[in-house]
Formats: sequence, structure tokens, C-alpha cells
Amino acid sequence: MAEQSRLIDIYIMGRHCQVPEGLTILTALEYSGYKMIRGCGCRAGFCGACATIYNFKNDPQLRYDLACQKTVEPDMYLVQVPFFPAVKALYDIEKTEATGEKVLALYPDLVKCFGCNTCTKTCPQELEVMWFMSDALRGDIREVADKSFDCLMCGLCAARCPQGLVPYNVAMLCRRLYGRYLAPVSKHLEDRIAEIEDGKFDAEIKKLKNSSEEKLRRMYAERDIEPALEQSWE
Amino acid sequence: MYPGYLEESIHLLEDTRVRRLLETMPRLAEEEKLALLKLYHPDYIESSMRRLQSGVNKGDSTPVELADLLEGNSRIDPDKIDPSRPDHNVDVLVIGCGGAGASSALIAQEEGARVLITTKLRLGDANTVGAQAGTQAADRPNDSPTIHYLDTLGGGRFDNVPELVEVLVKDAPSVIKWLEQLGVNWDKDADASMHELSGGGTSRRRLHSARDYTGLEEMRVLRDELRNKNIDYLEFAPAIELILDDRGQIAGAILMNLETEELVIVRARAVIMTTGGIGRLHIQGFPTTNHYGATADGLVLAYRAGAEMVFIDTMQYHPTGASYPLPILGQLVTEKVRTLGAQLANISGEQFVMPLEPRDVVASAIIRECRERQLGINTPTGESGVWLDSPMIDMIRGEGTIAKELPAMVRQFRRHNIDITREPILVYPTLHYQNGGIKINTSGATNVPGLFAAGECTGGVHGRNRLIGNSTLDLFVFGRRAGRAAAQYAREVKRGSPTLEHIRRWRRELQQAGLTRERPLSPRILPDYVRRTRGYTGQAI
Repeated sequence: MAEQSRLIDIYIMGRHCQVPEGLTILTALEYSGYKMIRGCGCRAGFCGACATIYNFKNDPQLRYDLACQKTVEPDMYLVQVPFFPAVKALYDIEKTEATGEKVLALYPDLVKCFGCNTCTKTCPQELEVMWFMSDALRGDIREVADKSFDCLMCGLCAARCPQGLVPYNVAMLCRRLYGRYLAPVSKHLEDRIAEIEDGKFDAEIKKLKNSSEEKLRRMYAERDIEPALEQSWE
Repeated sequence: MYPGYLEESIHLLEDTRVRRLLETMPRLAEEEKLALLKLYHPDYIESSMRRLQSGVNKGDSTPVELADLLEGNSRIDPDKIDPSRPDHNVDVLVIGCGGAGASSALIAQEEGARVLITTKLRLGDANTVGAQAGTQAADRPNDSPTIHYLDTLGGGRFDNVPELVEVLVKDAPSVIKWLEQLGVNWDKDADASMHELSGGGTSRRRLHSARDYTGLEEMRVLRDELRNKNIDYLEFAPAIELILDDRGQIAGAILMNLETEELVIVRARAVIMTTGGIGRLHIQGFPTTNHYGATADGLVLAYRAGAEMVFIDTMQYHPTGASYPLPILGQLVTEKVRTLGAQLANISGEQFVMPLEPRDVVASAIIRECRERQLGINTPTGESGVWLDSPMIDMIRGEGTIAKELPAMVRQFRRHNIDITREPILVYPTLHYQNGGIKINTSGATNVPGLFAAGECTGGVHGRNRLIGNSTLDLFVFGRRAGRAAAQYAREVKRGSPTLEHIRRWRRELQQAGLTRERPLSPRILPDYVRRTRGYTGQAI
């Protein structure tokens, strides 16, 4: 299929290659003879392994994307950033308070942000990185968790920050603090765990385990099924 | 944006939408399901399978792609390696680092073991991050582990191992809590209860989600915790053989550094195999949702060391892989799209299956619609598919639901100028999951002393067909159990002296069966997607 497509010129780390249009950067690398080891993970836009920087022959403006998701364009110059030496604070989640002071203590460089917005312009997920960094600075952990939620931790924001900040790791800390300490507690979950520990369902399950396949099939076919919708939409 | 010639079909879909909003397809009876599976499910194509000729499962049937690797030649020469001179010496070696590997490592360390993780790609580069829809746990008042048990058995065609299903459903709520205590952000409703949805084959709303990034959220939290706990790890270092001792117990593994091609010898009292899936073997030529390293390495290693496999003749084809556009062919369109209300429709805009039947049933129905009835939609590149009517979701649940519940899907299609809030998605089944694998008990122990396993590389708990949201659950339930059991085993085991005699024995067995020349080197390690030009001289890893 690909062989029939029009060939376009791209430059992989400066090397001129011709590849069929419609390939992703990742498949274009493979088409050009590169066996991926680093710089390739889920191949579906979820793991952040294939962070890539590119610009064009006649346009030096740098752009950023995931190699597995971005399709190649004519005259693209590209290089992958498979690893970036970013700082990650170590902490004991059980002993870390969910406060702005604690976030600042673990990532004191936060105060150095001068709002250049490079991180936001870099993010391949189009997150508002600079805004959640300022939320972090103000100690609004909940906002950081919400705004940063779709972060794949590809590391491009840290690679480009002129102040050496690590937005994706700051966001990781805030999301964990939110989930551990600030998210409302679901009582029905606690209740069910207690019931299971008390052995409430043991007899029922034992009965199913001892049932014949025929009986299980009948019970399965006759079981009541809760509507998929929480309430009628009409 | 779809090619112009598809507009007519899209108009038909839009015309029938209002009527379909009120239309419910009936659920199929058990006999109807079985008949559909036998005729259309890829597992039933006999020519795609063959019987194993050597090893523990001799005589069992499995896809030819897997059979070749299980009966493959070792990558090492046992006469040139001294397994008694290790580079690392630990209590527990965890091979693979997705959700199962990470949770087993955390628990094993908590139990006092010295742990080393080794993984083929980076920490967390695994199928776990691609899991979108959610994790099952029966924690709402109208639900119970018993109902979860029955749903799981029905989905698995009643072949599941009952003991494994029992611990799966009973551990589930505490797994959700464990993850929350580590900092996972679950979707919640205004009254602080979990926001839970139904899935294919679940009779209650039981899916715990984190938008449509559930597996990513679970994995990034666990990975962060591995680093906080200072657990040692090696990246880009897949295991290529296990080491046994003269008592027939596990004694470690041989790893290969993919970048330097050096071998690394690890001495370990116990090994936990958490190497995940098989999708990159492209069984029957299907595209796959799986990550780059999903090549069944753990099955190959364990098989050669004498571990028994179960249900290796059944794969899961996810009903809704993208069939358009080409750059995302076969990538996952989460079941959550159907969970939220989207129906499946053919070229005339008509439904043909209840969208929340178990996955094997829905996949078979789509294959029937395209192949036999010729009512599929053909793409410009020769693929076929059916419509997944995503715009219905906002009509049913209110404007903005798609954007809020499915940000990853919206983003992925927007890149290719398809707005799934206004336009439908073209889908066809894609290779998603191996239902079977290494046989384990409720502690994750295999029949080889000291070898434990958890997650997708194991088999039994899902029977012949896994339900939505039971895979991520499986990772944490059995990952934790294997971690605990391996740490305890490591404390008690009396060690023998390490040997690679089983590799020599394996080599002789292949020779005697006359298979040595026919079989490839295994494990596969990575799929081969490189186009080779005339001047290529290198050797593939």
C-alpha cells in the first residue's frame, strides 16, 4: 500500500530520506532502516517514549510531537529525545502533607518560573503546562491534578524549560497528593472491603464454585442486568 | 474528515440515529453466541493453529506464530556461559515492568526482599498504559463479588479456573483502595461515590476509571512509587533465558542489554514473570493494540524451563480497533465508547449486535457483517469496518460528555481531522489480548519451584475470553499476590547450584524431533518492522 503513495523528502538527524506520505514519524524511521530500541513504546500515543523535535528545511521554528502519532510532512528535519535527565524528588507518600508548602519544599525551583510559556507551547498533549505550574506555585494541588491529568510524562516540557524546571514530575506529585489525601472518600468502597473481610460473600461464592456448568449457564442467562445508563435520558 | 464517497453512508447513519436512540438490540442467547463464535471468531480457524511437538504442552494446539517461538532455539550457548558467576545477586527478580511487575516488586520489597526489576523497554512501557476503559471491582451496594464472579465466568465461556476467579473478585475492592492510597485519581461523582460504568458482559456498573487514561494513571503512579522506594531496575534489558539449579528450582535469569548487546547474569532466589502479551506477533496477520515489546517472551522462557501453559489456543480480538485512517490502523478505540452509549452500525446505518455483549461475540458479529453480509464500509486502503456511532453519546448524556470522558480518543482522532463528537468512528477487530498463558495458582506460583507469574502472561482466570476491566484488575490482584508469595519463598528456599542443563536438554529435544533447523531463535524480543534495502548487511537482534 505504502509503496504506491507519493514519496516525500524528510531528514532524519540530517540524513536525507524519501518516505511514502501518510506514514507516522515512527513508521518513517522504520521505513528508512532504523530498528527502534529507545524512542518507541506503546505506538499508540499513551506512553510518551517517542518524544520528537522537528522543524522544516526553510522554517527553523522548533515543533514537538510524539513520533507514533504525528504524520510526516515534506522537508521535515527531525530528531528524537528518548531520554532527558530530569530531577525527580523522592518522598514517602504516607508522610507527605498535601500542602503547597510541601510541594514547594520538594520542588523549590518552582519559584524560578518566569512565565515564558515554552512548556505549554512544547506539550504534545496541548496541556496548559505553564498554568498548572503557577497553580503549583500557589499550592492549588487540585487544579494541578485536573489540568495535568492527560500528561504522558514524555519529558519535553522539562527538556525545553530554560529554568530547568520539571513540570511533569511536579504534576505527578500533585496528582498523587490529590488522590491520596484530597479526593473525597468513597464510603461504599470501605463498606464493601469490610464485608469481604467479614466473609459475607464466601458462602455464595462457594455455592457457585460447586455448581454444575449447566446450572451456572442457566443462572448467567437469567441474571438481572442493570441498565447501562445511570438514569433514563428521555 | 472521511473521504467523500463515505458521505452517503454517514448520512444514512445520521438519518437512522434518532430512531436508533430508542432501539435496543436484544441480547443473544447462549446457543446463538456459540454458533456466531464458531463461524466467525478467528480462534476457530483451524488452519491458523498447530499442535506443539515438544515441551510440557506437547499435543496442545496454539497459533502457529506462538508455536514456532515456544519451540524455538535458545539465543545462548549454554557451554559458553557460567551461570554461577552472577552480575547481580538478589532475592526476587521481576521480569517485565507493566502493572503486574510494578505491583509485585513493590509488595516483594515491602515483605523484606531485595528486588531487582528488569524490563525490555523503559519502566512502565507496557500494555498497561494503553488500557483506557477501567478496572472492575464490585463495590456498589447493588453489586457483589458473587455477581462479578458469575459475569466473569459467563464472559470466559465457563472455562475459567474457579479458584483464580474467586480471589480476583474478592481482592478487587481492596486493590482499588490500595491504588488510591498510592495516589491514583479515580473518577468520582458529586456525592463522593465512584463514578462507575458498565462494560461488555458486566451486569452491573463496575468499571472504575480515570477518564480514558485509566491504565496510564495506574502505571505512572506505580512507576513513581518504584522510584520513591529506590527499587533497583534495569531498562532495555530483556531476559533471554531462565537459570535453574541442580534441584530443579529457579536460580535466576540471563538478560541481554539491547544497546550494548552484553549478557547480564542475575542470581535470584525467586523470579516473577510479568512480561505481558503477544500482540506484536500479529496472529493471523491482525494489527494490534499492543505495545512494541509484546512478543510473548515470558511464555517462551517459562516453557523452556518446564512451566505448563493453559488456554494458549485463545486470543482476544478487541471489537473496535481503528480501521481508518491508516496511521492509526488497529489502534484501540476503547470499549468505553460503547459503554457510554455508542452503537455499532453497518453501511446502511442499521444496528446488527447489542454493543455490550462480551468482546468475542461483538468481534465475531462485526466480522460477519463485513465478510459474509458484505455490509461493511470499505476504506480507501482496502480495509473494511463498521461505524461506531460516537456522536450519540452527547445526545444521550449531554453535550460535552465525550470531551470529558474520552479526551484521549478525541485527541487521537482530531490529529487526523476527525471530530468524534460530530462524526462516527470506523472500526474493525484488532488483536488485543492473550486470554491464556502460564498456569498459576492463587499465589501466582507456577509448577516450576521459585517461578511465579502474574498478569497477561498467565492464563486461567479469564477462561476463553476476558471481560473489559478484568485485565488491569488481574495485574494488581495477582501482581500483589505473586510479590508476597515470591518474597516468602525466597526467605525459605534452600538453594542448589545454578545450571543451564535445561537449555542443553531443550536443544537435544528439538534435535531429536528434527525441529532445530525449522525453528527460529526465541524469545523474539522485538518485532521486525524495518524495511531493508539492497545494501543491508546487519543481523536483526
